[in-house]
Amino acid sequence: MRGRTLLIAAAVLALLVALPWIGVPIPGLFERSLDAPGTLNVLALCFVFGTLALSYDLLFGYVGLLSFGHALYFANGAYVFAIALTRWHVGLPAALALTALAAFLLPLALGAICLRMRDIPFAMVTLAFAEAGSILVMQNPLGLTGGEEGLALSADALPAALVGVPNTHNLYWIALALLIVAYAVARRAVDSPAGHVWQAIRENERRVAVLGLNPYGFKLGAFVLSAMIAAAAGVVYVLLQGGANPQITTSGFTLALLVMVVLGGVGTLWGAVLGGIVYEYLDFRLVALANAPVLQAFPAVVRIPLSEPLFLLGLLFIVLVLFVPGGFGGLVRRRAPAAP
Amino acid sequence: MNAAGPLLAVRGLNVHIGESHILHGVSFDVRAGGITGLLGRNGVGKTTTLRGILGLVPRSGSVRLGETELVGLPVHAVVRQGVGYVPEDRDVFSGLTVTENLRLAERQGSVLRYDLVYELFPELKARGSQRAGTLSGGQQQMVALARALLNADNRILLIDEPTKGLAPLVVRNVVDALRRAAEVVTIVLVEQNLRVAHRLVRDVIVLDQGRVSFTGDVDALMNDPELARKHLGLVAAGAAH
Amino acid sequence: MSDVVLLLITGLGLGALYFLVAAGLSLIWGLMRVLNFAHGAFFTVGAYAGWTASTALPSASPWLSWSISLVAGIAAGGVFATLTEVVLIRPLYARPVGQVLVTVGVSLCALALVEGTYGNDPKQILLPDALTGTTTILGAAITNARLLVIFAAALVLVLLLLFLSRTRYGLIVRAGVENRAMVEALGIDVQRAFTLVFAIGGMAAGLGGVLAGAYYGTIDPSRGTSMLIFAFIVTVIGGLGSIGGSAVAAVLVGVLQQFLNFYAAAGVGDFAVVALLAVVLLVRPGGIAGSAPT
Repeated sequence: MRGRTLLIAAAVLALLVALPWIGVPIPGLFERSLDAPGTLNVLALCFVFGTLALSYDLLFGYVGLLSFGHALYFANGAYVFAIALTRWHVGLPAALALTALAAFLLPLALGAICLRMRDIPFAMVTLAFAEAGSILVMQNPLGLTGGEEGLALSADALPAALVGVPNTHNLYWIALALLIVAYAVARRAVDSPAGHVWQAIRENERRVAVLGLNPYGFKLGAFVLSAMIAAAAGVVYVLLQGGANPQITTSGFTLALLVMVVLGGVGTLWGAVLGGIVYEYLDFRLVALANAPVLQAFPAVVRIPLSEPLFLLGLLFIVLVLFVPGGFGGLVRRRAPAAP
Repeated sequence: MNAAGPLLAVRGLNVHIGESHILHGVSFDVRAGGITGLLGRNGVGKTTTLRGILGLVPRSGSVRLGETELVGLPVHAVVRQGVGYVPEDRDVFSGLTVTENLRLAERQGSVLRYDLVYELFPELKARGSQRAGTLSGGQQQMVALARALLNADNRILLIDEPTKGLAPLVVRNVVDALRRAAEVVTIVLVEQNLRVAHRLVRDVIVLDQGRVSFTGDVDALMNDPELARKHLGLVAAGAAH
Repeated sequence: MSDVVLLLITGLGLGALYFLVAAGLSLIWGLMRVLNFAHGAFFTVGAYAGWTASTALPSASPWLSWSISLVAGIAAGGVFATLTEVVLIRPLYARPVGQVLVTVGVSLCALALVEGTYGNDPKQILLPDALTGTTTILGAAITNARLLVIFAAALVLVLLLLFLSRTRYGLIVRAGVENRAMVEALGIDVQRAFTLVFAIGGMAAGLGGVLAGAYYGTIDPSRGTSMLIFAFIVTVIGGLGSIGGSAVAAVLVGVLQQFLNFYAAAGVGDFAVVALLAVVLLVRPGGIAGSAPT
């Protein structure tokens, strides 16, 4: 059983790597053939959100920390990277180094404060900090963030291979690599001794404390690791979108993340990845649906809800929470014979 | 009410909390009138039994009060069948005044025994506008007892360790109140203080590790050192002092 | 001097709006331990219901039309909140995280529907002349609408305090905030109080939505979200479950925000509020009025 799972995973992976060379159209799923830059861009964004959802699952699904401010750490990676490249012109390696530093320090500082709280107060403080971040970006301090306009990457700041529509396949591979590396890191982390402590904290924090372990340090470690993965996803996001935009700093964005993880199933990692990919894909396809001519024929009562992707995703989310608490992952596990 | 049958009949009561199985098919009867003691060492499931009867913990099995099955009813519906509850930690509402605590306990359609309550605990009348959180432990216990005694349509009171942590003088006050209360309503009493228990109760149910280990007359248990040691362990030895 | 008075009163007005949202949030949290993300949607739905009702009667006098929008906003907020509790929250009582998630879903759906129906652009609110006029207080010209907002929130505060102290349901709510299980053990069906608290919270938020229209002169779909976030901050600073604490914190937050945004720089006030939250939580985890939560 385990061998077969590995085999399937390897096959899927090989297919994904080879995708830019496969010029087959898949009618219904994508408007253009698989190797078209548009399709690759969508898929790459799906991988970015899969990674981001994975990082959120690490926190929520494994440590039981319900953060409402995770968007901040994604935006942290995206904006620091974009600012270092376009405003400070430090070059790609230095920009990456700066981003890595910020990706480590910001969650360390804020997590140290937030984790003084538990449960819902924790959720509220994370929300408040993320809101502060969002306000900061919107205010465009020193002209760094571009405010509401967002911050476009200048093409000359990047190697030629990462710029332009014909090079989309390179970005696609980077996004795929990001997802694979993030998954491997997260998997190792949750299977490590520290990962076991995280899951024990999720089940019963007091019992962990009684065992003489300090939950605070473990939680902070998970918080920082999760935020760093989110920041890495933010960097690739900026490359794919050609810049950073303030939408990724909003509380709405964090809520979308929550939807992704619950969609895919909490506490499995792969479920969250799937949730992130499906969410992003649905979001993209539902926008297409909103603009479909067929829809215009319907009366407003039907047309308006159907042309709002967020309404449909929100509805799907509510239905899942009410009736399928485990998400997609839960559905699969329920079907499968009891795992050992 | 059928005089021959028990007032409260517990059959095969099971309670799981999380992964631990606390009560293993507890069965006993409580006959109408007087005080029935629910005894046993610490942690054998006495409090859980009371909470299980009320439905404050998820339970299975059967609990009949007169003709009515209580398992399956939500807590408030169980209480409205005429079950009064005095929890171990008193659980008075500390932000509410004494009067408000009592008013909250008033049940629609029930005759209210304010005269009895204030006769037993005149202090509560004097301290009516004081916040319950500022009362002493003994006074809080009075509020908790008063809340249960207030409704005349209560058929049975479940009282959990009313003397715990109280000064001897206050214990005497509580014992007197319980004895008076027992004249008007049936009481199931959890009590660690065996001397108090012996003075008050008529029938005894002893629990051991989530199971009933003894039922019968209080004197039969207390006056037989062998039985007392077997069922109540060291606690009984302490009570002999 | 007139600057200070002006800022103080606009800050009070902003605090009044925060309070109208925070009051319900705080009660819902205190009694039910539900973090209600849908509360911003109650606010937004109230605002748009008010706008729709007032535009449905173009020939009515401005006062009548605005009064109708007030009633419509309160009713819409109340009905929406009640439905949310009965249909979506109630089936999830055994799953607290599920309850939070479901309110997130409600807020996403409601916001998307409002955007789809009314568009993203702000809508102008037509007010009676008496409300757009100004009153001079200590040299500062204050828009009457803002004074009305403060007055209305103060009235809601008084009504809520009366409800809590004088009515049986108020007693149940106060007791339930302390110990829900014991309220049940006194033979009281707490679920009815849950529905009531949601209804009251929704009505206050719906009223807040309409009044925010008067305060800012426009309504738009996104304001509910930022209101919700600041209301969250207000409820935490004030102590979850405490109406009085929420009122004090709302005024504190509103005034602080206005002063710093004016004297320091735009955005600094918002920042300071978040910093204030962090400080309060570190020093007094239970908020101004509360004891430390477990």
